[in-house]
Amino acid sequence: MSALVTAEALVTVADLGIATRGDAVVQLVRGVSFAVAEGERLGVVGESGSGKTITALAITGLLPGAMTVTGSIDLAGTQVVGAPEGRLRPVRGRDVAMVFQEPLTALDPLMRVGRQVAEPLRRHRHLRGAALDGAVRAALEEVALPSDERILRAFPHELSGGQRQRIALAMALACNPRLLIADEPTTALDVTVQAEILDLVARVVAERRMALLFVTHDIGVIVRVATRLIVMRGGEIVEEGPADEVIRHPRHPYTRTLVDGARLLDRALDRGHLGGGGISS
Amino acid sequence: MAFDHVSFRYPRARANALDDVSFQLAAGTSLGIVGESGSGKTTILQILLGLRAATAGTMLFDGTPLDPRSRRQMRAVRRRVQPVFQDPYSSLDPRQRVGRIVAEPVISLGLERGRAQVEERARAALSDVGLDADAGDRYPAEFSGGQRQRIAIARALVTGPEVLVADEPVSALDVATRIEVLELLRRLQATRGLTVVMVSHDISAVAALCPETLVLKDGHVVEHGPTLELVREPREAYTRRLIDAIPRLPSEVT
Repeated sequence: MSALVTAEALVTVADLGIATRGDAVVQLVRGVSFAVAEGERLGVVGESGSGKTITALAITGLLPGAMTVTGSIDLAGTQVVGAPEGRLRPVRGRDVAMVFQEPLTALDPLMRVGRQVAEPLRRHRHLRGAALDGAVRAALEEVALPSDERILRAFPHELSGGQRQRIALAMALACNPRLLIADEPTTALDVTVQAEILDLVARVVAERRMALLFVTHDIGVIVRVATRLIVMRGGEIVEEGPADEVIRHPRHPYTRTLVDGARLLDRALDRGHLGGGGISS
Repeated sequence: MAFDHVSFRYPRARANALDDVSFQLAAGTSLGIVGESGSGKTTILQILLGLRAATAGTMLFDGTPLDPRSRRQMRAVRRRVQPVFQDPYSSLDPRQRVGRIVAEPVISLGLERGRAQVEERARAALSDVGLDADAGDRYPAEFSGGQRQRIAIARALVTGPEVLVADEPVSALDVATRIEVLELLRRLQATRGLTVVMVSHDISAVAALCPETLVLKDGHVVEHGPTLELVREPREAYTRRLIDAIPRLPSEVT
């Protein structure tokens, strides 16, 4: 698969390889090439072990040190592969920000959430005093959280899972990154809260003309936010195309399995059973 | 099994976690319980499993009201009603062999005396869920998420229960694995006449297994009826919200 390199590409990943170090080297990702244009919403679908999460982490330069990265990742003009930490630090927040499945991994359990949201605003936008307070409140309002004392003075564990994910999103958005990476941000949430967060992500990304890389195993979730899809399996890209097209006419057998599975669960809602014609029957 | 006007309040809580919940469950009929976090779903399961006692109202088993303080009665309930938990990664002890994990309820309830009989029961349960004969000698880390959920189901089956009480048994799994586990539960329902009480925020998983569904909100039953009717024509706005939130694919043909 050749890399799609266009003038407006924000991220260009070319022949990315990720392997473990040590005695038994395991190749986790191989030959992965794709591009994300400014303002584009790209979905990466795959099951556990497909390499989707470490591919996303590689773009932020946040891979654990026990992994070897080859190939090239150009993020808004910065070559991420092999870059020293010092060069990547200013890139994070400004060019790319990430939200994870479990928002608690991004939140400090001992710090009130108001201060946590203020942190990136202070560091990157150099805001202080009343201007900082105002920006924190605006950040909370943008993710549809009340910007009152009850939220600002709460510790992460005092909030619901959905509220915590909104806080993590507010922090990621604080410096207006050009690319937002979301890794299964709604998997741990109730379906109703999931729907709200997906709508929120889609709205914010569209309003700010931000690019989105949305990673998930759930093909039903991805169509709510992404316009183009990459399907990964065993560390490789097996299919790529417009989201609607990939879901209506999957070409690769693996994509077909994923779509058929999702349709089977869909149909259980109408029939009351998985019935015959199942993918594993 | 039945709940007769059951309420539950946590110590020092101001409001009831469950408020005046009643339902009846005929043998072999499966029930889905849906609702958002904090709606009281898990509290119902804990009462069904004898892990908590209702603060008002009664739970009945075979028409007999249960006294939570009767150890004899509760032991019988524990044998006949078995749990399957949400996360197969955290609910299996990583330091124990799978055979030992699966045999645990037999040992703690004293259902078999001899070691050979205990091991035989565990082997039979593992084979019931479609795992190889040597699975018992291995550790949980050697299995995939779907296989671990099978192990958790084998542990539940080992006492020969009539009811499986499952808390979000498939929500942590990939779609393909989710289907596999739902098909396994479906087969167990059919071949063993097993009743499944399943709690989930995902109505499609419930619809695949449970002909009846109870919708909970803030500890109250807001709707209770045949699952398909409820999906097709929800009477309550809350139920409609749960259904509309399910991520569904665009239609197949254009």
